[in-house]
Amino acid sequence: MSSGFSLRERAAMMAVRGANWASRAAHRGAGTVAGGQIGLKIAPDLLASLAVGRTVVLVSGTNGKTTTTALIAAGWGGDVASNTTGANMPAGHVAALVRDRTGRVVLETDEAWLGDVMTATQPKVVVLLNLSRDQLDRANEVRRIAERWRAAIAALGSATIVVANANDPLVVYAACDAPNVRWCDVPTPWRADAQSCPRCTLAIDYDVAGWRCACGFAKPTDLTTSLDGPLRVAGQTLELALGVPGVFNEANAAMALSALREVGSDLQDALQRVNAVSTVAGRFSVRTWRGRRVRLLLAKNPAGFEALLWTLGPGDDDVWIAINAHLADGHDPSWLYDVAFETLRGRTVWCLGERRLDLATRLAYADVSVKVVDDLEQLPVSEEPVTLFANYTAFSEWLERSTPC
Amino acid sequence: MAREVDTVLTIASLLPDLLGTYGDAGNALVLASRARARGISIELLEMRRDDELPEASLYFMGGGEDGPQRLACEVLRASSLGARVRDGANVFAVCAGLQILGQHFSVEGDDEFTGLGLVDIATRRGTTRSVGDICVQVGDHLLVGFENHGGVTTLGEGVRALGDVRNGRGNDGVVDGFRAGTMWATYAHGPVLAQNPWLADELLATVLGEDVEPLSSVADLLYEERCRVLSPHSSFEVRRKDPH
Repeated sequence: MSSGFSLRERAAMMAVRGANWASRAAHRGAGTVAGGQIGLKIAPDLLASLAVGRTVVLVSGTNGKTTTTALIAAGWGGDVASNTTGANMPAGHVAALVRDRTGRVVLETDEAWLGDVMTATQPKVVVLLNLSRDQLDRANEVRRIAERWRAAIAALGSATIVVANANDPLVVYAACDAPNVRWCDVPTPWRADAQSCPRCTLAIDYDVAGWRCACGFAKPTDLTTSLDGPLRVAGQTLELALGVPGVFNEANAAMALSALREVGSDLQDALQRVNAVSTVAGRFSVRTWRGRRVRLLLAKNPAGFEALLWTLGPGDDDVWIAINAHLADGHDPSWLYDVAFETLRGRTVWCLGERRLDLATRLAYADVSVKVVDDLEQLPVSEEPVTLFANYTAFSEWLERSTPC
Repeated sequence: MAREVDTVLTIASLLPDLLGTYGDAGNALVLASRARARGISIELLEMRRDDELPEASLYFMGGGEDGPQRLACEVLRASSLGARVRDGANVFAVCAGLQILGQHFSVEGDDEFTGLGLVDIATRRGTTRSVGDICVQVGDHLLVGFENHGGVTTLGEGVRALGDVRNGRGNDGVVDGFRAGTMWATYAHGPVLAQNPWLADELLATVLGEDVEPLSSVADLLYEERCRVLSPHSSFEVRRKDPH
């Protein structure tokens, strides 16, 4: 580890530790953001200094960031510094790197901050998962994010390897000029944000083999990783037996293992550790609330929500959905109309959260029968298991409200 | 319901693959659903990029990102939309759809693009984006919704705004959208008809050329809640759908 910190930076790190400790002592969480903010105020270049001499992997994209980051941390094995609480902007990164001084680092990174964090941390690997509509009140337009990624990636040196999703045209647009790129052919069903070519705006044609535009912009053919059948990474076949559900998590695991190859992990060993992960920051976990087993799913944008709806079995699980619209959720719940809730027809959905009337209206127009829950006492008492979909802050509330099984 | 069962209303969403950024498909869904609840048969069509413009009584246009917005404008310019509108077809447009209908609009910096010219309005890029809740006084109703755009739209002489902005930005901070002939437009994007059942019914009645019966649903509760949140100090009384 480098000990080349300036006096100012050492003072900043002490402040981060102090704030983290105070916050934990007051039971206000790990204090990740507050401490990091103080540290960055004292020493604005603290993130860069903390990253010097360490092997950094960054993970970004609309969906799967937290899970993929956790899979990389687990798959790497041993001590890995990571922002496990989902604080994915520089303040959270600083807090994680102060807390754990190990040389191996994997950081989930907010899409809008990726360029700055790449510049600061000079990562060994950058994983680009996917881009789709999410919190447009904050991000404005998905394509703007792709443009910003593209500019930042074009400025990368050849020491950085970009692991990128070949099935997402917006990701390919961002990554195709990277000096060093590994393309991953992983399932990416959401296409609504890449109907027109990010390079020339003409129509993108999709077929079973991939996608292409008349301008020549097309799915890369030099694929390092494929998942049409058993997972193959750089010629090695890997038997996925994941503890986390859904095809989307197979895609996340494929990209995690592709990144781990680039930091020198033995892939078969890493695979065993990746397979063993069954819950990530409470997601996909089964919890207990008032005697009911609650399967808790974080569903915060259309692409992610649809992928999770497909994990719902034909069984009789009650379905509860909780929707808020705080800053972290995006203030605009219009996206509910981009989710194919029609798949829930025939069920009764209990609508929770501060925007439960927006949700109930959306579901009613999808011919799904609804019950609006103004007070948790109205929820039925039963032994039956429940699947609860919740967006960001609603998910946190339910994680707090429930207990592990 | 004394309605003849053979009334069929054809509704078409224009280029949902390009103009459908954030839940805009909800508007056609809501209108169709509320029409069916009154015993009106609905044919719901979509015109995608490579399709001919279908014949319809009502066309929906959504919002879109800059590149797709330009492409959508080119596709619609080459279509018979203009002729259909001059023949009396109705259009309900939000956000980018609103801008496309006008004389010209600016996206991506200051490049100016020629619009469809179906209404005398012009949109330039504003200095800041307008992002947030929006509340507009439309006659004796409030229109509530969410806007997210970078445009400032100026109405030509004789073009009537949809309403006066109470909260948010709309066209220019003063008024929102327009009503011009058979065209309706607002910057309230996404499922604005879901949040404003009165507007859905007013549009439906206009397209049908007759009044529609009141219809109560959970959307009424949503509308009341949003009016309370967005116009808390308004002396305006939220109108409930009253069967009398």
